[in-house]
Amino acid sequence: MQMVWWNCVAAKSGLMSGRLALRWLIGGEWRFHPARFAMTAIAIAVGVALGFAVHLVNGSALASFNGAMRGISGGAALSVRATSPLGFDEQTYPEIARAEGVADASPVVSLNARARDVRLTLLGVDITRAAAVTPALIGMNLRGPGAGNETAFDETALFLSHQAMARTHARVGTQLAVIANGRTVLLRVAGTLPAAGDTAELAVMDIAAAQWRFGRLGRIDRLDIALSDPAAADPAAAEAKLRARLPPNAVLSSEAAQTAQSDAVSRAYRVNLDMLALVALLTGGFLVYSAQSLSVVRRQRAFALLRTLGMDRHSVIAAVVAEGLAIGLIGASVGLASGYALAWAALRWLGGDLGAGYFGGGANGVVFQPGAAAVFLALGLLAAVLGSAVPAWTAARAAPAAALKNAGDVRDPRQRVAWWPAAVLMAAGAGAALMPPVARLPLFGYIGMALLLAGGVAGVPWFARALIAPLAHRWRGAVPDMLAIRHLYGAPGEAATALCGIVASTALMIAMATMVSSFRGAVDDWLGSVLDGDVYLRTNAGASFDPALRARLSAIPGVASMTFSRQLPLTIAPDRPPLALIARPVQDRTNPPLALIARVAQTPTNTVPVWVSEPAQRLYGWNPGDTIALPIAGQTRFSVAGVWRDYGRQAGAVLIDDRDYERLTGDSGRDQIAVTLAREAQLAPVVRSVLAALPPALRSQTEMTEPATLRRFALALFDRSFAVTYVLEAVAILVGLAGVAATLSAQTIARAQEFGMLRHLGVTRQQVSRMLAAQGVIVGLTGALAGIALGLILAQVLIHVINPQSFNWTMSTRIPFGTLAGVAAALTGAAALTAIIAGRHATAQSAILSVREDW
Amino acid sequence: MAQTVPRLLVRALGKSVPGPRRLFQHLDLAVASGELVAIVGESGVGKSTLLNILAGLDAAEAGSVTIAGTDLGPLNEAARTKLRREQIGFVFQAFHILPYLTLRQNVALPLALVSPDARAAERRANAMLDAVGLGGRGDGYARDLSGGELQRVAIARALVHRPALILADEPTGNLDPETAARVLTLFAEAVRHHDAACVMVTHSAQSAMIADRVLQLNADGLVELRGG
Repeated sequence: MQMVWWNCVAAKSGLMSGRLALRWLIGGEWRFHPARFAMTAIAIAVGVALGFAVHLVNGSALASFNGAMRGISGGAALSVRATSPLGFDEQTYPEIARAEGVADASPVVSLNARARDVRLTLLGVDITRAAAVTPALIGMNLRGPGAGNETAFDETALFLSHQAMARTHARVGTQLAVIANGRTVLLRVAGTLPAAGDTAELAVMDIAAAQWRFGRLGRIDRLDIALSDPAAADPAAAEAKLRARLPPNAVLSSEAAQTAQSDAVSRAYRVNLDMLALVALLTGGFLVYSAQSLSVVRRQRAFALLRTLGMDRHSVIAAVVAEGLAIGLIGASVGLASGYALAWAALRWLGGDLGAGYFGGGANGVVFQPGAAAVFLALGLLAAVLGSAVPAWTAARAAPAAALKNAGDVRDPRQRVAWWPAAVLMAAGAGAALMPPVARLPLFGYIGMALLLAGGVAGVPWFARALIAPLAHRWRGAVPDMLAIRHLYGAPGEAATALCGIVASTALMIAMATMVSSFRGAVDDWLGSVLDGDVYLRTNAGASFDPALRARLSAIPGVASMTFSRQLPLTIAPDRPPLALIARPVQDRTNPPLALIARVAQTPTNTVPVWVSEPAQRLYGWNPGDTIALPIAGQTRFSVAGVWRDYGRQAGAVLIDDRDYERLTGDSGRDQIAVTLAREAQLAPVVRSVLAALPPALRSQTEMTEPATLRRFALALFDRSFAVTYVLEAVAILVGLAGVAATLSAQTIARAQEFGMLRHLGVTRQQVSRMLAAQGVIVGLTGALAGIALGLILAQVLIHVINPQSFNWTMSTRIPFGTLAGVAAALTGAAALTAIIAGRHATAQSAILSVREDW
Repeated sequence: MAQTVPRLLVRALGKSVPGPRRLFQHLDLAVASGELVAIVGESGVGKSTLLNILAGLDAAEAGSVTIAGTDLGPLNEAARTKLRREQIGFVFQAFHILPYLTLRQNVALPLALVSPDARAAERRANAMLDAVGLGGRGDGYARDLSGGELQRVAIARALVHRPALILADEPTGNLDPETAARVLTLFAEAVRHHDAACVMVTHSAQSAMIADRVLQLNADGLVELRGG
C-alpha cells in the first residue's frame, strides 16, 4: 500500500521519470563531496544531540524529583496540607475524617530534619490510619532482632528510606540523633520503607512521638485522605465539600497538584534551556542551507542540462530536498544516540539540573523518552529539509538556457536587495513578543524571537549591501580591496549564505550575554542593597531564637543593632511552589528597608500591610493598594503596601511586620539575625560573644555568614546556573563558525577561474590573498555587526518578555561591551583567516589551468 | 608593416611534458610591433603551453623569451608578474569578465593594477570601450552583453594599458562564425592601431585568416604556413 502511494507521489512530481538521473546526480555529489555531506550531517547531529540531551536530563531529573515527592506523600491521591510549617490544628483531623465521601484519613506531622548532616523529611504517622491510606509510609524491619513491623508502635523507632539509609550510613539498630524544629532527639533505626522509592530522603516515626519529642503537640502538617469510592464518586464535588471544611491555614492538594507544583519549580528554566539547545539545531539548519546553496550553484549547469534534456522543475526540487532529507536522517539519528550518551554523562558529572540547583538530589539515571526522541528526530529532519528547500527552489527556478551559458551566474549588482521580507518578519516578531504568556510560559515570546531571528537573517543581504555601498561607490584605494568590496557589493547574497548560521548563533549569544549581564548586574546591585548587615546568622532544621535569647544577644557589647526575622514557606495555591513569608521589624511603614519599586501612600483601614516581591506581584496579580488573603490568620485582610525587587526567591515573597506576624500567628520564634556592629567594634570578638551566648544545642544548628561570603555564594550560584547556557551558546557559535569556514572556502574555491584570470593580468598571489582577507574581514564584520544588532534586539525580548514571563523578574538593560567587541573581533578574524586559507588553496592551483574553459 | 626591433623574441625554446614525449624544441619566433601572428596546430601539440611560456606562467627547459627587451629567464615570479601586468594583455576563450564589476571597471582593471589614478583609468577605459563599439555602456555589467560583446570588452581590457604583447588563446572559440568574424576584425584593427605585437593560438581557419603570418606548431618548432 505504501509503495503504491509513494509511486503515485513520485509519478506526479515527475520523480519517476528522472529517478535514475537524480540517483546519479545525488550519488555523484556524495562521492565527490563526502566531507560536505558529513559536515552538514554533523551540524544537524550536534543540534539534535544537544536538544535531546538537555530534554532527557531535565526529564530524568524531574522524574526523579517527582519520584521523591511521591515517596514523601506516600501515594495519597488527596491530602489537606498546611500552608506553612506552623501546621494546622489537629482538631481538623476528626472533622475531615467524618466528612461525607471520606473513607479514611491519616494525620501526618512533616518536619525538615537533619541526621548526620543529611537533610531528611521526617514524617510522623499514625500507623493504623496510614495502613489504610498511605501504606507506602509503613516501615518494615527486614533484618535484625524483632523482625516484622511491631516496632512501628515504638516511640523511639525510626524507619528510613533506602536513600536516607544510604546517605546517613545507618543500619537497623543504629542510634541516630535527629534534629528537627530546633530539638535533637535520639532515635533507633528500626527498619526501612520499602515502598518509598529510590530517591526520597525520608524518615518515618510514630506521630504522637513526633509531636511530643519535637514540640509539635496539637499541630499536624498534613492529612492524607482516602475517598469512599474514588471511581464512583464525583471527585470534584467531594473535593469542593472538603474545601469548605478546611481551616484558613490549609489547602486541599491532589496528586496532580503536587506534580504541577514540583513541575512549576523548574519549568521555566527547563523550557528556556530546551529553547536554547534548539538554537544549535537552528544553526545546523542554516548550515545545511549554506552547504546546499553552494552545492546547487556548483551544479546549476548539471541541473540545467537535465532540464534541457527533459527533467521537470519538481524533480530538481525533489533531488535537492531528498539530499537534505538524507542528511537530516543521518544527522538526527546520530544526534539521538549522541544525545542519550551526553545526557548520561551530564547526569553523572553535572547533576539533574545541570548545575542550576533546582533539584537537590539530582537523578538516578537517564529516563529514555520515546516521544521526545521522535520530536527531536522530526526537528532534525525539518531543519535539514527546510535548509534545502530554498536552494532547491532557486535551482528549479533558474532558466536552463541561461544557466547552461552562464554557469548559473545570476548576480546583478544593480538589482536592489529587497528589505521588506526582513521588515515584515521583524514586525511580526515584535508583535508576537508583545503578546501575553500562555500557561505561564512565554510561548509568544519564543515565537517572536524566532520571527525576529528569521527577519534578521533574511535582512543580511540588504544589510551587507547597505554597509558596503558607500565603500563600493567611493573606494579609490588598492585594487585587491576594490575587488573585494565590489565582489561583495555585487553578491550580498553570497555573504548572506555564508553568514546566516553565524548571524543566528551570534545574535542568540549576544542576546543571552546581554540578558545575563543585565541580570547579573541587577542581582549584584540588589545584593548590595539588601546585605546591609555586618554578619548574618541563620538556624537550620527548624531551630529558632526565642525572645529571651534575642534580648540577651542584642545586649552584647559591640552590637549596634540586631534585626531578627522569621522566614517560612507559605503555600498560596496547592499547584504552585510556596512563596516565602518574611516577618521582620518594619519601623517606618511608609519607608520600609526594601528595594521598593512601587508603593502606596496609605493602605485601607482594618487591613494588615504587607509588601510583596516583584515575582509575587506578577504570579498572583497583587498590585499596590490591593486587598489580599494570606492563609496564615483566618479571615484577616491584608493590603499590599508596596512591591519590592527580589532576585532571591523565584516563587515570590511577602514581607510582614514581625509584630503583625506574631499577633496573627502566635509564633514568637525567629530564625535569622542581621547584626550591625557598633562603629568601633571588631567583627571577630563580637561573633565569638554571640556564639558563646547561644545555648550549645542551638549553636550547633546555627550558621554564620558574612555579607561578602553571601554575595560571593549568590553570584557563584548565579554563574553556575548559567554555565550550561554558555556551553550551549559556544556549541552554536562553533557550528556557525564551521558554516562560515565551509561556505567561504567553497565560495573561494569556486572562484578559482577568476583568480586565474587576475593572475594572468599581473595580480600577485599576495594581492589575491589580500583581496580575500579584505573580503573575509568585510564578511566577518558584516556578520558580527548584523549578529550584534540582532542580538541586542533579541536581548530586549529576553529581558522584557521572556524573563518576566518565565521567572517574574524585571531588570534594565546592561550592554556587555567587552563581549560585543570580543565577538566582533573573533568573528572578523576567523572569517578573514578562513578566507585566506581557502584563497591559498584556490591560488595554489595553476593560473593556467584555472582559466581553461573546460576546467 | 614594421620590421624593426621585435617586441617578442623567442630563441631555441624547448619544452617537454612528463614522460618521454617532447612538446617542441628549437622554437624560434620574432613578432614585431603591430604584427599579428597566428599559431595553429593539432590538439595537444603545445600551443597553449607556448602561450603560457610567453606569458611567464610556465617555464621552458631550453631557450629564451624576450618581451620588449626584457629577458624572462633571469626574472623571479614577482618580476614576471610585474612584466605581465605592464607589458602583456590577454584575451581568453571564455572572456573572463568579472560579473561584479561594471564593464568600465573590467576594462580599467589592468590600469588600476599599476596606478591609483581612478579618473584617468576610467577615462582611458571609456575610450577603449568607444574603440570596440561599446561606447556609453561602461556602467553596464557582463550579464547585459552577448558573447561577442563580452569578447570585445576583453579585447578592450587587453589593450587598455598599451601592452607590448597581446596573447590570445582561441579568442573566438565561444562565438558563432558571424560574430567571430566581426570580433576578429575589430581585434586585428585594435592590435595594429595600438602597435602591439600579438600571438594568437587558434584552431580556426577563419581566425588565422586575419593574421599577418600563420605558423604551424609541431615537435620541431614553428613552420611558416603563410608569410606576411
